[in-house]
Amino acid sequence: MLYLQLFISFFKIGLFGFGGGLAILSLIQMEVEQHGWMTQQEFVDIVAVSQVTPGPIGINCATYVGYTTAGFWGSVLSTFAIVLPSLIIMLSICKLYWWLSRRFQGNRYYEQTLRMLRFTVIGLIASAALMLIKPTNFIDAVSWIIFGIVALFTILPTFLTKNRAVNVLSNPILLIVAAGIAGYFIYR
Amino acid sequence: MFFPLFWTYLKIGTFTLGGGYAMLPLIQREVVDRQGWIDEQEFLNMIALAQAAPGLIAVNSAIFIGWRVGGWKGVCGAVLGAVLPSFLIILAIATVFTEWKELPAVEAAFKGIRPAVVALIAAPLVKLAKSAKISWWTALVPIAAALLIWLGHVNPVWVILATIVLTLIVEKLRIKN
Repeated sequence: MLYLQLFISFFKIGLFGFGGGLAILSLIQMEVEQHGWMTQQEFVDIVAVSQVTPGPIGINCATYVGYTTAGFWGSVLSTFAIVLPSLIIMLSICKLYWWLSRRFQGNRYYEQTLRMLRFTVIGLIASAALMLIKPTNFIDAVSWIIFGIVALFTILPTFLTKNRAVNVLSNPILLIVAAGIAGYFIYR
Repeated sequence: MFFPLFWTYLKIGTFTLGGGYAMLPLIQREVVDRQGWIDEQEFLNMIALAQAAPGLIAVNSAIFIGWRVGGWKGVCGAVLGAVLPSFLIILAIATVFTEWKELPAVEAAFKGIRPAVVALIAAPLVKLAKSAKISWWTALVPIAAALLIWLGHVNPVWVILATIVLTLIVEKLRIKN
């Protein structure tokens, strides 16, 4: 039963995960929370681990949740389930490539839907962040200072595209490691 | 064509940090510049499709390139190569993470990391909003989506379906008028 639930959840995440890694987070969060597979804190921790390890966040989360809830085969099944919708959809696209590009390029319904989904995805990412602003993740004023600094460094390259130092400092791996070191000295 | 694609994607999957988008330039270098499996224009078409289709972008691109280059065998090789590194690394971490987390030093470090993670999710919104050329009027869509999920606890799946259905209805009405 657990295997079936894992399969359905991650198949759903793969099927509706428009817009890549960050947008998928809100879907994963909703599924794992509803089933009680992970606490909020565990979820944030695994996102942190995902940011500093290679590979797509979706795969990382699927593997981790699968393993912690149902062991090795749980992780295999969840990872397979999140990839399966992509396999079905992308292979259909490949097979129908020429037909599709003739039929859909410049199609108003298609283009407008993609445009609107892009806006919705921004909302999805915002909701993922909003859902994580909780006392378990923000324990004191220092948490907000760390949040502010990391947010600032991440946003700056959008406006200062030519500044090299800014580009280096905006590296998410560097920021997470720095936050970890800061946390170690502040909270130990 | 199983092994060439498998190795190429394994290499890319092992050495790119930061998820699917970070993989795209590396995929381009390997698949277009070095191996010459597909040309630049087709690669750009591929990215557009991989982004428009649901699912993980890295996996979507692996499927497309695998199919173009080596059919079924290519697909299997590319997808396995793209997925395996992160699968194995997370599996290794998951087996020890529950014990590590009890360590006071690790717990202290994670107290610092958690708000940083939230910032890393929230901050790219600025760039996304900028590149999507969001206006005051279209900003209502992401705001409504975020509020529905955050405060209304609506599953994002419904928000996505609603976006598709509503867009089709509005376009239909606009064409009629």
